[in-house]
Amino acid sequence: MAKIIGRDFIPSDIHSKVTGRAKYAEDIRMDGMLFCRLLKSPIPHARVKSLDYSEALSMEGVVSVLTADEVSQTPGPSDNILTNEPHFVGEPILAVAAVSEKIAQDAIDRIKIELVPLPFCLDPLESLRPEGPNARVDGNTIVRGEGVKEIKWKEEDFLEVAGELPMGEPGVEWSYGELERGFEDASLILDESFVTASNAHHSMEPRSAMAFWQNGKCHIYGSTQSQAIVVPGLARYIGIEPEDLVYISQYCGGGFGSKGGAYPLMAIPALLSKKTSRPVLMRISRAEEYFLGSARIGFQGRIKLGFRDDGRITAVDLYIVQENGPNTGFGDMGSAADAVSLVYTPMAMRYRGISILTNTPPRGAQRGPGQNQIAAAVEPLIDKAAKRLGIDGVKIRRLNAPDSRSLYGGSRNPVTSAHLREALDKGAKKFGWNEKKSESGSRKGSKVIGVGVGQAFHSAGSSGFDGLVRISTDGKLHIHTGVGNLGTYSYAATSRVAAEILGYRWENCEIVRGDSSKHLPWNNGQFGSNTSFTMTRTNYVAAMDALQKLKELASISLGGSWEDYDIENETVVNKGDSNLSMSYGDLAVKAIEIGGRYSGKELASDDLNEMTIRAVEGLAGTGLIGVARDNLDRTGTVPALAAGFIKIELDIETGAIRILDYLGVADCGTVLHPQGLAAQVKSGAIMGFGMACTERHFYDSQWGIPGGVGFYQAKPPSYLDVPLELGWDAVDIPDPQNPVGAKGIGEPLMGCATSALLCAISDALGGHYFNRTPVVPDMIVNAAAGQEQSHSPLQVNTQ
Amino acid sequence: MAKGNFRRYDLHESQQNCSLENIDFCDSSTVPFLNERYSRRDFIKGVIASGIAIAGIPYMASGQVRPTSSLGSVERLVSLNVNGQVRRVDVLPNETLVMTLRYKLGLTGTKLGCDRGECGACTVLIDDVDHYACSTLTHRVRNREVTTVEGLENSEGELHPVQSAFVRELAPQCGFCTPGQVMSAVALLKKNSNPTREEVRIALSGNLCRCGAYDHYLNGVMSAAQEINRG
Repeated sequence: MAKIIGRDFIPSDIHSKVTGRAKYAEDIRMDGMLFCRLLKSPIPHARVKSLDYSEALSMEGVVSVLTADEVSQTPGPSDNILTNEPHFVGEPILAVAAVSEKIAQDAIDRIKIELVPLPFCLDPLESLRPEGPNARVDGNTIVRGEGVKEIKWKEEDFLEVAGELPMGEPGVEWSYGELERGFEDASLILDESFVTASNAHHSMEPRSAMAFWQNGKCHIYGSTQSQAIVVPGLARYIGIEPEDLVYISQYCGGGFGSKGGAYPLMAIPALLSKKTSRPVLMRISRAEEYFLGSARIGFQGRIKLGFRDDGRITAVDLYIVQENGPNTGFGDMGSAADAVSLVYTPMAMRYRGISILTNTPPRGAQRGPGQNQIAAAVEPLIDKAAKRLGIDGVKIRRLNAPDSRSLYGGSRNPVTSAHLREALDKGAKKFGWNEKKSESGSRKGSKVIGVGVGQAFHSAGSSGFDGLVRISTDGKLHIHTGVGNLGTYSYAATSRVAAEILGYRWENCEIVRGDSSKHLPWNNGQFGSNTSFTMTRTNYVAAMDALQKLKELASISLGGSWEDYDIENETVVNKGDSNLSMSYGDLAVKAIEIGGRYSGKELASDDLNEMTIRAVEGLAGTGLIGVARDNLDRTGTVPALAAGFIKIELDIETGAIRILDYLGVADCGTVLHPQGLAAQVKSGAIMGFGMACTERHFYDSQWGIPGGVGFYQAKPPSYLDVPLELGWDAVDIPDPQNPVGAKGIGEPLMGCATSALLCAISDALGGHYFNRTPVVPDMIVNAAAGQEQSHSPLQVNTQ
Repeated sequence: MAKGNFRRYDLHESQQNCSLENIDFCDSSTVPFLNERYSRRDFIKGVIASGIAIAGIPYMASGQVRPTSSLGSVERLVSLNVNGQVRRVDVLPNETLVMTLRYKLGLTGTKLGCDRGECGACTVLIDDVDHYACSTLTHRVRNREVTTVEGLENSEGELHPVQSAFVRELAPQCGFCTPGQVMSAVALLKKNSNPTREEVRIALSGNLCRCGAYDHYLNGVMSAAQEINRG
């Protein structure tokens, strides 16, 4: 096997990316198209008292206005389409459609709005104080199944040691093993508080959307990482049935979690288009992206780690206060705890967490949500312990690393396969860890060498979605995928499994994607590093169904049993008599002739999703249809694991960091697409460097106004911030629960680089641990000079 | 504004009428000195160059320009040489090149990533020099040759060496910054066909890529340079 899997190829969409032909949402034009602009809240929490848009509406060129009263209101703390009670600066209150964007903006400027300011909260710990502000009128936290509630800690909870995280009543809690005994058995205990800053996603393409209605169906060109999974949620926002939505997202100009599924903003042009009977384009600006474009959740946390003499972790007690934004947010803190349980396999562990609402941008998943923050917080502490115990940094990580028998999270789930130790070994060897480590601390002028290793994890695979392929009468294989196109080319790499199973030349295959009217199956979204695992399975089961049907049709046409047939060069051949053969194209003709389940006129199984059923109905009678739900075994969490190795030069006079060398090593099972994986290992690291050293949201504490609303303020890395070349490798050990051995990997590739870089900075400073991200130059200068930092230990919104 | 390596300071005060945002307090006002120093002056220079009286500025700033021509105002119907074709186009006095290309000429390959000279997604060539089209007034490119990503393929439809190298090296990820990266690379290779990797990095440093595909873009440009030098 494996003529196609594991080899490089040219993805079909790359040509249009280099020629500019790729159409993103804002590239779509239609006759009579209107432009929409948003009236957004200028303050972090308010209630609209009065709204007068009569003057705006009377302006020449203004066609319509959409208010919060006209859109479906999502319950409780969900993200709103439009609202009369904005909970963050920049939350949309009203939208205007006009013949030009300029007129729409002029109209916005003429709207008279009166807002009643309400209390707002920027720091979760402040909200937990007895008299602290709540981000929402009805409370400051979300309790699962109950909605928004108020939880306040007692005054005495805050009286503990200054600089350590107070730990009052948690919102959630789990534990396993004997925690106290674990700490009793430890010869070294670290008890450390930490802060990880929230930061923006910075997708290069703002979340613009274009909508029009035709024959009762709403067509939307959107910017999402995913395709099929967007449809039900977006239809709900618009108030239509999923089959009445045509959703097109052929290209997505970056999402990183922020465009994983449907988001309410996309409903605005759809609803304005319905109201005006004209196409509507909503262009989102760069500044608006910083308000509306989601953000990573920030942590204020505390971790107590118990180590044996040899470095083995006996017990972990983790507490996380999560800055959740004003709405539903995301489950970062729980994911962080789960990650700790697997990456360090502590013998006993307790996790407590509370998610606190703040009047800051709504939070969502950002690459490694939770896992990467905790990697940034804990990995330097592993070094701190190693230093005290006199153990090498790689050695202590190897000792605590998971293997395929390790268990995951509070529920102690099994995992499908885990090879972090192999990643560490492979990386240490290739990087030259021992040699480089010997240079650590060496100094030339003001420049000091630092060396670090970091690790990260993300669960990377799901199951239960559908696969769909079609062989047309010309013998071509059409692989229908509803997964989306976030830019990793995994939509294509995973589609190649179908070609592999059916013995196709890749040149004779076509991937059908990006438009729900093209009969796409129900697939998971391109998020959570799941595509490589999930979509290889769906394409495998669909191809297996097609393979079976090919053989059956050959036996019907040529005699014998289907078991007498095999495939060769896109032809089905009788094993005993090679003269008895039929081409795939001819068998597709036969499929149409016989009909039934062969051509999709009937469905053999009743477990397919409705979206897949509609897709098959649309294709029925046009060829041989292979379709199936992924019912393959999956008995555990699918771990994506990664290790990063880094060498830096740190200038203790300026705080500047130059990365001299970086190597990332992935445990992603079988490598599907080496060139694509190389790109992910290296580029994920670059995103990780930004998280470690530059990126953060911050707010003016008096007015709650965000300060980071431009690239130059929020600082994603540029060419000049990263090394000229980066290194990569992969463990390449197949996962036993995937038909081709593949697992996902995207997210930990970032976290291992973030944590490696933070470890190297601490190494260069001779073991100064900041317990904070990002570590910005003035912090380094202060640390090097032995000065106090300008922020207090648990402060958020620092520069 | 010609592209430099100081992208973080190439800030404009929402010069584009359409995204002047009434509530982005921190958007540009946090760096007023930068605006004073770089953008406002540059912008005024641009307006003067395009034949508009300075008195016209308040109108633009408040977004009140009427789509009618008045006595003494600039000729709005202009000829633009884009990708070797001269095209007549109706251009507002304060219109930026990226808006003209994308919304008047249908050339959507040039992307709008930030609309304020920070990200480089809108990079085009003006007389073979790379510029941010979001920070260039269309009236300033009259009688100049503008090249966009759509103008790089030869008459047989063959890709420019930079484009084919980017395909080979799997340089783009999400692809949104790619046209800008391509144009910056083409501009570099026009003036230096044998650059070092460091020179390429500096030349492309005005082009942000959030996917972080820098390494593969650099591989692509180095590979393209080799191909060009092989002839």
